[in-house]
Amino acid sequence: MTISNDDNLPTMEHENVLSPFRLMLTQVRTHRGLFFGGITILIIIVIALLAPWIAPHDPYEQVLSQKLIPPVWFDSPSVTWDHILGTDHLGRDYLSRLIYGARISLMIGFSAMLISGVIGTVLGVCAGYFGGRVDMVISFIITTRLSMPVVLVALAVVTIIGSSLSVVIWVIGLLIWDRFAVVMRSATQQVRALDFVTSAQSLGSSTPRILFAEILPNISNHIIVIATLEMAHAILLEAALSFLGLGVQPPTPSWGLMISDAKGLMFFDSWLIAVPGIALFILVLAINLVGDGLRDVTAPEDRN
Amino acid sequence: MLAFLSKRVALALLVALTVSMITFSMNYLSGDPAIAMAGENATQADLDAIREFYGYDRPIPVQYVDWLKNALHGDLGQSHYLNQPVTDEILARLPATMTLGICALFFALALSIPLGVLAAIRPNSWLDRCALTIAVVGQAMPSFWFALTMMLWFGINWGLLPVSGTSTWAHFVMPSIALGYYITPGIMRLTRAGMLDVLRSDYIRTARAKGVSKFSLLFKHALRNAIIPVVSLAAVQFGFMLGGSIVIETIFAINGLGFLAWESIQRADLPMMQAIVLVLSFFYIALTFFADVLNAWLDPRIRMG
Repeated sequence: MTISNDDNLPTMEHENVLSPFRLMLTQVRTHRGLFFGGITILIIIVIALLAPWIAPHDPYEQVLSQKLIPPVWFDSPSVTWDHILGTDHLGRDYLSRLIYGARISLMIGFSAMLISGVIGTVLGVCAGYFGGRVDMVISFIITTRLSMPVVLVALAVVTIIGSSLSVVIWVIGLLIWDRFAVVMRSATQQVRALDFVTSAQSLGSSTPRILFAEILPNISNHIIVIATLEMAHAILLEAALSFLGLGVQPPTPSWGLMISDAKGLMFFDSWLIAVPGIALFILVLAINLVGDGLRDVTAPEDRN
Repeated sequence: MLAFLSKRVALALLVALTVSMITFSMNYLSGDPAIAMAGENATQADLDAIREFYGYDRPIPVQYVDWLKNALHGDLGQSHYLNQPVTDEILARLPATMTLGICALFFALALSIPLGVLAAIRPNSWLDRCALTIAVVGQAMPSFWFALTMMLWFGINWGLLPVSGTSTWAHFVMPSIALGYYITPGIMRLTRAGMLDVLRSDYIRTARAKGVSKFSLLFKHALRNAIIPVVSLAAVQFGFMLGGSIVIETIFAINGLGFLAWESIQRADLPMMQAIVLVLSFFYIALTFFADVLNAWLDPRIRMG
């Protein structure tokens, strides 16, 4: 009679203790920003992947007799469901260009983030782990990089060596590794001071082994958070470069370029800048929400 | 303080020297600068003439040292397009960019500090959420698109503000908002975090207990301490803004450094571009230097550590 609740104990534990993965899933589901941001990004990725099948027209096809048709919700005689978002100044279907533009934004954002992530992580981890002279030199490199204006340097370099998709990716990737390096450096410093690193050192593990097996897994949450935020940064930078005419070159459909093309017409057909602008805004917002959400879930201590 | 100061000066000078080397090396980014200038159809004689005239025939380290020596004397070279000293043109354009930058900074501080303080008073209230939304939205909006959209509504549809030029103060309103809005989220978050921290401290509880008015408690007692990290962030952001003003200046046709940079890029005027990169980088280095010194002066823990 007295110890009958013994039977209940295991079931109670079972209800309360979730595996780390299940716990993360629940957190992802309950964190609103992470949930909606994640779904939005997934939708945009699917649209970008399926672009050839879902775009109603060829994004490069110019039909000059059908130029500047407004989107369907406008009250105009030329409106047609054949061009839901209308056509641009060369008679190209705006929706199709928008869909193909998602590919460019995602590709540049992702590739530039990978490049900057590798550079920044290597620099940051080395500075944080080795400390001393290595840290001094790497911190100096970071300071120097930060003191040069990104947009201006990117524009100057692109002007000198000529613009193409890969040049834009490399220039952005080689310029925006600073936040990776700064965050990885301090994260590594924190992890390095922990007991399991000391014990791995005293067990005689090699330095690469400690870096890859002890340090890297424990800072990977920071890497993912910064990677998302830097991807958004890269997408905005590409849009700005393309807007200034020095990023992706026409006729490639890039959202920044679409806004740039419509600049001269915006006083007559303002939807021409509104549509790609809103698309950019939604994509970057979704990525940032996911980044902020992942930080809340995995590393709430760096929120500020 | 003296030890801190001398260390910090040495660092700033070293960074400046490295930046100058990187900027100089842009000459050789495309391979041979003489070929880039003369065009593909130039004869060997043309190339030799250009090499001799611009001094590209000398060894690269000699060229760099000469270039640096001239730069230290205020001579940043000759513009290939305007055929006049780069320094004159930069000095002529600097005031517009500075005015824009300062206005944008004031706008950003005037928006972000009160919002940050209000958000910190009641964490997780609707006001805090609103401030957070502004921050998240601000970071996601492409600045050039925000500028164009403002231009369309306030400039054209409602006719409230002029859309291009710099002749009156009203011309600076939209550009300052477009440029300053981008840096508000960071400052706001830092103000909020700083205030949250300070408001929990003992001396605030004491002040509250002795009956200090709410306003004076927040703005005189708490904000003074919470604002210290904001000062250095604001200095850094001011530097970033000057570097990023190229987009905004191009859109609003503000005759500043950014617009000059864009014009030089269109004309492939390399000496002008290099000089602008150099000037803006040096300005940033100086700003971060003063921010660090100010911080060390305000907070003894930094200069001792």
